[in-house]
Amino acid sequence: MTNWNCYFVPESIDKALDLLTNAQGTSCIIAGGTDLLLEIAQGRHQKVDNLVDINKIPELQIIKIHEECLIIGSAVSLRRLAESNEVRQHAPALMDACGLIAGPQVRNVATLGGNVCHALPAADGMIALMAIQPTLRIANSKSEREVKLQELFKGPGESTLARDEIAIQFKLPLRKAGQASAFSRIMRPQGVALPILNLAVWLERKGDLVSNCRIAVGPSGPVPSLSTLAAEKIIGKIPSSEVLEECAVAILAQAKYRSSPRRATADYRKHITKILLQDVFDKAWQRSLEVQE
Amino acid sequence: MTAESNITQITFNVNGQFNTVIIEPGEMLVDVLRKKLGLTGTKVGCNEAECGACTVLINGEPILSCTFPAAKASGKEIITIEGLESDGVLHPLQEAFILHGAVQCGFCIPGQIMTAAGLLRNNSNPSRDDIRSALKDTLCRCGGYPGIEAAILAAAEAIRTGGKVPNPAIPLAKSPQNFVGKVIVRPDAREKVTGKAKYSDDLSFTGMLFGKTKRAGVPHAIIKKIDTTRAREAPGVIAVMTADDIPGDHWHGLVVKDWPVMVGVGERVRYVGDAVAIVAAETEDIATQALELIEIEYDLQPVIKDAVQARNSEISLHPSGNLLKHIKVRKGDVLRGFEESEVVIEYTFHTVATDHAFLEPECSIARMSDDGRMEVYVGSQIAYADRKQVAAALGWAEERVRIIGMLIGGGFGGKEDIMGQIHSALLAWKTGKPVKILYDRNESLIVHPKRHATQIRVKIGARKTGELVAVETELYGDTGAYASLGEKVLTRATTHSSGPYQMPNAKADCYAMYTNNPPAGAFRGFGVTQSAFAVESMMDILAEKIGIDPIELRKKNALRVGSITNTGQTLRDSVGLMECIERVESEMNHLCGNGEPFLARESGDHCVRAWGFSVAYKNTGLGGGAPDISTAEVEMFPSGKFEVRTSSAEIGQGLVTVLQLITAEELGVPTEKVSVLLSDTDLTPDGGPTTASRQTYVSGNAARYAANAMKQKLKAFLSEKHDLSPDLIVFEDGKVFLQEKELSMVEVAEELLAENQSLKVSFRYEAPQTRPLGEGGDMHFAFSFAAQAAEVEVNKITGEVQVLRIISAIDVGSAINPLGLRGQIEGGVMMGIGNALTENFITENGVVVTDRLARYRIPGIALTPEIIPIVVEHPVSTGPFGAKGVGEIVSIPTTPAITNAIYNAVGVRIFQLPVDQEVIALSIRDNEGKA
Repeated sequence: MTNWNCYFVPESIDKALDLLTNAQGTSCIIAGGTDLLLEIAQGRHQKVDNLVDINKIPELQIIKIHEECLIIGSAVSLRRLAESNEVRQHAPALMDACGLIAGPQVRNVATLGGNVCHALPAADGMIALMAIQPTLRIANSKSEREVKLQELFKGPGESTLARDEIAIQFKLPLRKAGQASAFSRIMRPQGVALPILNLAVWLERKGDLVSNCRIAVGPSGPVPSLSTLAAEKIIGKIPSSEVLEECAVAILAQAKYRSSPRRATADYRKHITKILLQDVFDKAWQRSLEVQE
Repeated sequence: MTAESNITQITFNVNGQFNTVIIEPGEMLVDVLRKKLGLTGTKVGCNEAECGACTVLINGEPILSCTFPAAKASGKEIITIEGLESDGVLHPLQEAFILHGAVQCGFCIPGQIMTAAGLLRNNSNPSRDDIRSALKDTLCRCGGYPGIEAAILAAAEAIRTGGKVPNPAIPLAKSPQNFVGKVIVRPDAREKVTGKAKYSDDLSFTGMLFGKTKRAGVPHAIIKKIDTTRAREAPGVIAVMTADDIPGDHWHGLVVKDWPVMVGVGERVRYVGDAVAIVAAETEDIATQALELIEIEYDLQPVIKDAVQARNSEISLHPSGNLLKHIKVRKGDVLRGFEESEVVIEYTFHTVATDHAFLEPECSIARMSDDGRMEVYVGSQIAYADRKQVAAALGWAEERVRIIGMLIGGGFGGKEDIMGQIHSALLAWKTGKPVKILYDRNESLIVHPKRHATQIRVKIGARKTGELVAVETELYGDTGAYASLGEKVLTRATTHSSGPYQMPNAKADCYAMYTNNPPAGAFRGFGVTQSAFAVESMMDILAEKIGIDPIELRKKNALRVGSITNTGQTLRDSVGLMECIERVESEMNHLCGNGEPFLARESGDHCVRAWGFSVAYKNTGLGGGAPDISTAEVEMFPSGKFEVRTSSAEIGQGLVTVLQLITAEELGVPTEKVSVLLSDTDLTPDGGPTTASRQTYVSGNAARYAANAMKQKLKAFLSEKHDLSPDLIVFEDGKVFLQEKELSMVEVAEELLAENQSLKVSFRYEAPQTRPLGEGGDMHFAFSFAAQAAEVEVNKITGEVQVLRIISAIDVGSAINPLGLRGQIEGGVMMGIGNALTENFITENGVVVTDRLARYRIPGIALTPEIIPIVVEHPVSTGPFGAKGVGEIVSIPTTPAITNAIYNAVGVRIFQLPVDQEVIALSIRDNEGKA
């Protein structure tokens, strides 16, 4: 089937924005295309006349440290992120997630921007970022704006990105002494390869205490959010099984788990929350002991 | 308007050469490579970024070319499988894949090798874990992962050292001959690792049209109206046909002709995949779009969703009703047996439909030859049945149709029923042009027959000491919309439902029911996969109930020479079950170390491990009174080489190697002097269906006797010519020794030709006669036996299951082709793991839910356990060199070995496949709650 008519590969943000606004017919950004192309081919996407490929725009391909932030271009491939020293150093949860998404061939083309902007409630890269709390730089042909990550999400599969906007870069806070993050997920071997539950923890340690913490769990509602109640249970405390138990209870109190046919019941999701939390928290806690470079 | 221009042309480097190609809107890289550059080594298995078959290197990185827009390839450097070889020298990976037996059907191999090549570019000393993560999503349905892993390690070593690729360590057969029983690489391996191998879709003809099939899309309806006007008028559409346009027989079917070629107006649609119209057009896109223009009005009917409902329903799907067959096994008196039993247990098990998911989807190309015949190029498991059914639909004599076999990218029983072959032939007849019909994965999943979903109730009575006294089983089998091989499959399920045990009293009833689901037919294991799961679970339940070791219980009751089966057959030879059990037991105890393999052992972080055990048997050959015949032909060429021919199919299982070895052995010539030609109804005699684990035995015998007849013919000729007793003529080392004198095979051929002697012999082999079910006596001429032990690790909180190790002992009679046998044993285990843990073909109200590979998961390398193969050889007197069937038995015990291990680990009994981690997790929680 003819899936699209025109394919453009602009080499600057301006040209890409120009195409989105001015090319004839409906236009759609393509980065890795690993989800988009299947949606189009399988008739699950509205008709697209133009694909605007953003892979050749330099600003979208960078991973660099700039003004106390880690800047990650939205079209950086998951494989580069999984293998990047900067990401391992400053956003280990993101490294965990990017190494788990799909398989190696897909990770060679799939991008973090695509993973996040798709706005699915349990995208691995997005859940990892939620705990890290980056901002996202977005541009249209007239102006730029910078939003907090959670402001990007409107509903399941729906983002606040306008049709003429491009997500350019993620800006992540650099990791300071005592800080760390981690991500993991639980899958099942049958059916679609979506996580039953995924979870990311960001924490800051002072001595034996958790001085700050953020926990993100997916899919726990129509849009991703932080389990603030759970974080409150652990901040200021010495982590223990009991504390994490309370923390897990708090996650359940706040999360809106659903039963997804053929994937998992809400009951099962509740049942496995504690073990996943424990696993991820332990990993982050261990990492917080790492010597800072 | 914008200044940026649409990409309509790309220049890129492919395998070291620059190419400039005009691209179409929407075109993917794989289509440019295959269709525009003729690089058909890159395969399309799913077209949905799931299987990895289309992997190529783009700027050195492995990438899926099926979802990579061609426009994006501009300026890139691409390497495909064709680009690995340099100046006729194979890449070490290609070499290693051949040597290590990693190549079976071969369809996934280009993708496997390219993915591995991407890995080795960055890492010349990969660990097993590195290989597993790099190949995580590159699927092999033959399940050759252990061989693939070994091959990559070997290739990496060769690259690092600059030396030769190390050989694998494969034990020879117990009594190896000159060739038979030794490790010989596949004759077709080289073409499969270089991308030169041709599968049906790799072929194309000038002026070829593309055919597509309009599917009903509704599970049960009467067609009120079909309007094809708009489709016919669409530009580029050459022909549209409906049932009214079929010149010959409107029905097809392997056993019962109950499957409509197309469903016509006033006729009944019985499943979503029923064909209503077929279209031939200039391009695939036009044909696909034309389907949308065909308008059909349905009178929808209530849907029959499963076999139990079908038996109680008043709706009749076929004129004969919904019951395809009530299959019965009767031995002794079960009522008395249960009275005499000291322990009686009864449980019901459920198994789901599963899909073969061969990586090569169905494809056929039909074309009219100049002399007015129909040629059909296709990868089919039964070439002569294709010929018969295609000819019937055309209303022609069978001889006017020629089926030309292409390589087959996996079959597993799923390429026995006819798929597009009739449709492509009808369209070629109608248009006078070659017509290709290629199913995409979606169509393949929806249309072709599956493994039967079953409900199996088993009641077993035994003495406290473990002797089995009686077994009663009741099976419901969902054969879907059409019979296919349903009756045969469910007969096997029924006769094997009391397991490979001596059983004085047995009663089995099976209801093979039509429903509105996709048809169910042959699938590796042929019904026994389902009943083995039930009865082997029951054996463990019984063992626990009476407090006896599960292996001891099986040994006590195992079939042995002299036993009488539940169908009244006395086993006279080749019953290696006890040895299989003992060898697995001893290996398991060795690996376990503590002498308690079935006790759960904590393995850290909420996980426990335990072993589980299971046995199985499976008939070789058709049996049940059906004549089981294969004809093979051996021809000597003037070059002194030989060719052996039969229509049997090579589906990855290694038949080409088996026939080559046997023929070489008989004639005393090296294997490279013997070529094998299969699956051509003009050139190869009928070898019968490639099913029922029969080919090594039946066609192996045919080839052996044909080769022997060739030898006798040559002896008789030479004896007369050289005036020497035939007994003094010896065939050895590719030569013929006549006492003082020796002749090369070329000289022998010359002598024959000089006297105008024919250089061809053929032999029609008929296997020992069998008897129908119910009559007693030999229902089958041989059985293969197996025992397996699985070690699993279960997470007690999440319920996740990982299979760590599987020991598999198989009594194959004798090992003709040890390298291929290794692949079958490992691949059988992998398919068993899929059956146990990942595979579930789901329909809801007759509509297929699992209509993409993304929703139907088959095991990848990450699920591959350590597999310890043990070959047991109890020769069967009538088999070629003592051999019997291998293909199915290797897969049958795996599922119950795993589910028994899960029970041993966490106390959760699996009654429904596939294993659901949620059920395990919540059962553990609820059990603990009670305790």
